[in-house]
Amino acid sequence: MTVVTTAPAPTATEPRARFRDLLAAEWLKFWSLRSTPWGLLTGALVVLAANAGQAWDHWRYWRQVGESPARFIADGMPLQDAFTTNAGILMMIAAAAIGTLAITGEYSTGLIRTTFAAVPARRSVLAAKVTVLTAVMTLFGAVVAAASFGVVQTILSGRHAEVTIGYPGALRIVVASALLAPLAALTGAAVGVAVRHSAAAVAASIVILQAIPLLIHDGGHTSAIVAHALPFWAWNRLVAIPFDTPGRYPWTLAGAWTVFAAWAAAAAIIAIAAARWRDV
Amino acid sequence: MSGGPRRRHPDRVIEANELTKRYGRTTAVQDLTFTVRPGHVTGFLGPNGAGKSTTLRLMLGLNTPTAGAVTIDGRPFRDHRRGLRHVGALLDAGDVHGGRTAGAHLAALARGNRIPRSRVGEVLDATGLADAARRRIRGFSLGMRQRLGIAAALLGDPPVLLFDEPLNGLDPEGVKWIRGLFRGLAAEGRTVFVSSHLMSEMEHTADHLIVIGRGRLLADTAMADLTAGHASLEDAFMALTAASTDYIAGGNR
Repeated sequence: MTVVTTAPAPTATEPRARFRDLLAAEWLKFWSLRSTPWGLLTGALVVLAANAGQAWDHWRYWRQVGESPARFIADGMPLQDAFTTNAGILMMIAAAAIGTLAITGEYSTGLIRTTFAAVPARRSVLAAKVTVLTAVMTLFGAVVAAASFGVVQTILSGRHAEVTIGYPGALRIVVASALLAPLAALTGAAVGVAVRHSAAAVAASIVILQAIPLLIHDGGHTSAIVAHALPFWAWNRLVAIPFDTPGRYPWTLAGAWTVFAAWAAAAAIIAIAAARWRDV
Repeated sequence: MSGGPRRRHPDRVIEANELTKRYGRTTAVQDLTFTVRPGHVTGFLGPNGAGKSTTLRLMLGLNTPTAGAVTIDGRPFRDHRRGLRHVGALLDAGDVHGGRTAGAHLAALARGNRIPRSRVGEVLDATGLADAARRRIRGFSLGMRQRLGIAAALLGDPPVLLFDEPLNGLDPEGVKWIRGLFRGLAAEGRTVFVSSHLMSEMEHTADHLIVIGRGRLLADTAMADLTAGHASLEDAFMALTAASTDYIAGGNR
């Protein structure tokens, strides 16, 4: 029979639990995967290329455009080129995938059990994860949107058709496009917590963010309400160039910003709260 | 046993009280009541599918019991905001992300529990993984993953340790090492709870046994009492489990 001679340190000496330790842990986990920097870099380059490509097209085929620089600017073309619809779609897909994998990478491997056994406060873990994800993806979006604006206007300056960030609406387009990244990443994270399997969750995120908006039109009152509640539609509203004709059910910029905020908040709440009682 | 272990540290006791867990129509464990005391290595035995892993997950609050309760330290584990200083656990060596290095994996666990970074190096040394710290876990053998899981369990220097089949994939040297490790941890007054199906190994390591079959408790006894009258623990185990239920291979589940 083993004789009890010594005892381990009493657990009373445990230091107070701090949220910032979880933030630091999640930060470490986020960057210790090789796929993180590569995913961000690839996503950034693809989005940048989509925007630069459109501007380069305008620069190259300027004669076919057949416009004077003044007319080009007055039509809002430099703003439309600043962040194209294709770039917005690509940005959302890339960010949604990164956000989804940040969650499902933990569930699909079984790591989540190790994590929750180490930190039983599940909501704190997920709040830390969501905070790190939001911070990184906001910075990512800001860098990509600002770089896109700079590159696009530099290309257009070859035809003296560029605008500055001070041009009416320019800053709004850059900010709204930058925020697409955290918005899509949070949506991906919420879907990831619910679905858990990587491939299925990425697919579901893309369906929610991209496929559903394509299937809806805003010609009817009900469908307009649904459409206007979707982030892709809200982004289109925010980056709409000055002469875009309003539909039957016009909506304000403030309304579109509200959709951005509400959608992000709802996704964050789902991602944090959904894991509380489910078996892992 | 005559005169069980003295309860020097009743606060380190694991207590399961009519613990029941059903997944849909499948009952994984039913009405499990037992106590695991400190200062011993307690073996947790049962055939495949007996509910050992489920019981361990319930202990750690990873799964929620359908009925009953299990407490560690007199409270459900999930009441702790941070776990590593209370309970160290190795449930499945595969519960890691292969893309991370061993060092990063442990560093993140330590950081979240406010455990000094220096402790990572200590547990890597203690488990013989110091040279593998910068390698990605994807390239680890099962034995190395087991060592990594044990390193994680030791991070918080906890008074209670849970291990689910920790010997899988370990070489003879590793098995010998782990035997000494468990006995040492118990000798320090810790509660050490080890599930295994390797009877000969348990015979050398555990001094108390909890045996379950088909989710029900079959025995909760000192090693000596269970093996009395049998040639080996394996024989005693076969006799006990065969006589008790109908979960034998080919039986209904």
